[in-house]
Amino acid sequence: MESSKVPQDNISTYADNKKAFYATDGDGNYTLVPSSGWEVEEAVTIQALLELERLTRRAHKEVIAGKSSPLYFHMYACRMDLQVLAETTGIFKWRIRRHFKPAVFNNLSKAVLERYSNALGISIKDLCSLPDLSENDT
Amino acid sequence: MIPEQSFSHSHSAHCESGVMSLMMSHHGLPLSEAMVFGLSGALMFAFIPFVKIGGMPLIAYRTRPKGIINGLQKNLGLRMQMHTFSRPEKGVEKLDVLLEQGKFVGAQTSVFWLPYFPPEMRFHFNAHNLIIYGKEGDEYLISDPVFETSKRCKQSDLTKARFVKGLMAPKGLLYYPVEMPGDINYESILPKVIRKNAKAMLKTPVPIAGIRGIRSLAKSIMKLRKKDPRYAKLFLGHIVRMQEEIGTGGGGFRFIYASFLQEAGTILTNQQLREASAMMTAVGDQWREFALLAVTAIRSKKGGPIQFEALREKLNSIADAESSVYKTLLETRLG
Repeated sequence: MESSKVPQDNISTYADNKKAFYATDGDGNYTLVPSSGWEVEEAVTIQALLELERLTRRAHKEVIAGKSSPLYFHMYACRMDLQVLAETTGIFKWRIRRHFKPAVFNNLSKAVLERYSNALGISIKDLCSLPDLSENDT
Repeated sequence: MIPEQSFSHSHSAHCESGVMSLMMSHHGLPLSEAMVFGLSGALMFAFIPFVKIGGMPLIAYRTRPKGIINGLQKNLGLRMQMHTFSRPEKGVEKLDVLLEQGKFVGAQTSVFWLPYFPPEMRFHFNAHNLIIYGKEGDEYLISDPVFETSKRCKQSDLTKARFVKGLMAPKGLLYYPVEMPGDINYESILPKVIRKNAKAMLKTPVPIAGIRGIRSLAKSIMKLRKKDPRYAKLFLGHIVRMQEEIGTGGGGFRFIYASFLQEAGTILTNQQLREASAMMTAVGDQWREFALLAVTAIRSKKGGPIQFEALREKLNSIADAESSVYKTLLETRLG
């Protein structure tokens, strides 16, 4: 890539940051060029973010409908999935799946809730409740 | 004895090579980021369908995390001290002691829990690298090579990022050099690492790594035809994210390696290496063309079929071009 072709698309997902790109100058010598981003990269990052948002909103609806516990929502709100939550908490997937059931979740001990609250970086009080999504843009 | 000096931040394309380049330079061995990347033999390709990250198969364009640190130790005779911790309190204590001694300390962290990352960049990736070069009150002074300027981070936030559990958990990893290599004999080291890396890309026993990995990724794209179109688009997006977004300077680390080949060519006054560098640049450009094709497919609305054939052909053409760079490098007399 030539330095004049290094994309400077001011992409939203860099949030006013720049990344360093390796590119060649007029004599073909490599230099580092700060880039405000390539729209192709922006497109795939937004795609990933939208997918996370879709899962989060779907989970939100399920919790409201009483089909799932708030834990299910907070897992996605924290950009995790079952795999990552299991790895971060050290709790087996099948146990977490049980904890997605409202009846089981409501009877969890403080110790288990604490493990979830630590992993998700939210208080136990927040873990057990559901935020209003219209204010919260996750 | 490690000299004390003031720390100056610089901007790099990739975290681990950036950290090691800065660290080496601050300990009296100026090495460019590209040199660090090349000397550690970090160029790779891997497509491992049975290891899933976020529901997507593992795709990597470089060796595994810590590969650069370990590669430099092996190839340069550098010795790094590494500390991991069973308890966060111990990790904080050790870091503070090292900083009081005036050391610049490398650390492995999660990306998600670092508040200075903008929300758009915060994903659960636990093998990020940065340098901590001081502490003021409750805040650490951080040189994160993928940012233009140095950063600050509260002790509680950094500790959370250092002790996140899960895949590639950092366990509070801290590292710094204890034995710097003397003069580097580039005439013997460069040919060795270049040939080794080329061989690693060409001669892989299993079809998940190297050129064979690229070809099996090309094949797997054809399998997407039968999958749910939403999954197909997410999969394509995932390939491109790994290539463009995850600290590569674009082109899946091919440009940084081209820069290394060029620098090696200058050091060894070898014109053929400079030509191989230009070939590698062309490979990087082709990876970017692939990214553009993939994004066009992702954007195609309902009814606009994804051009799977074109994507497969592009990947196969990349595999051809890359393998001819490595073959050229193996045939070249490097000294």
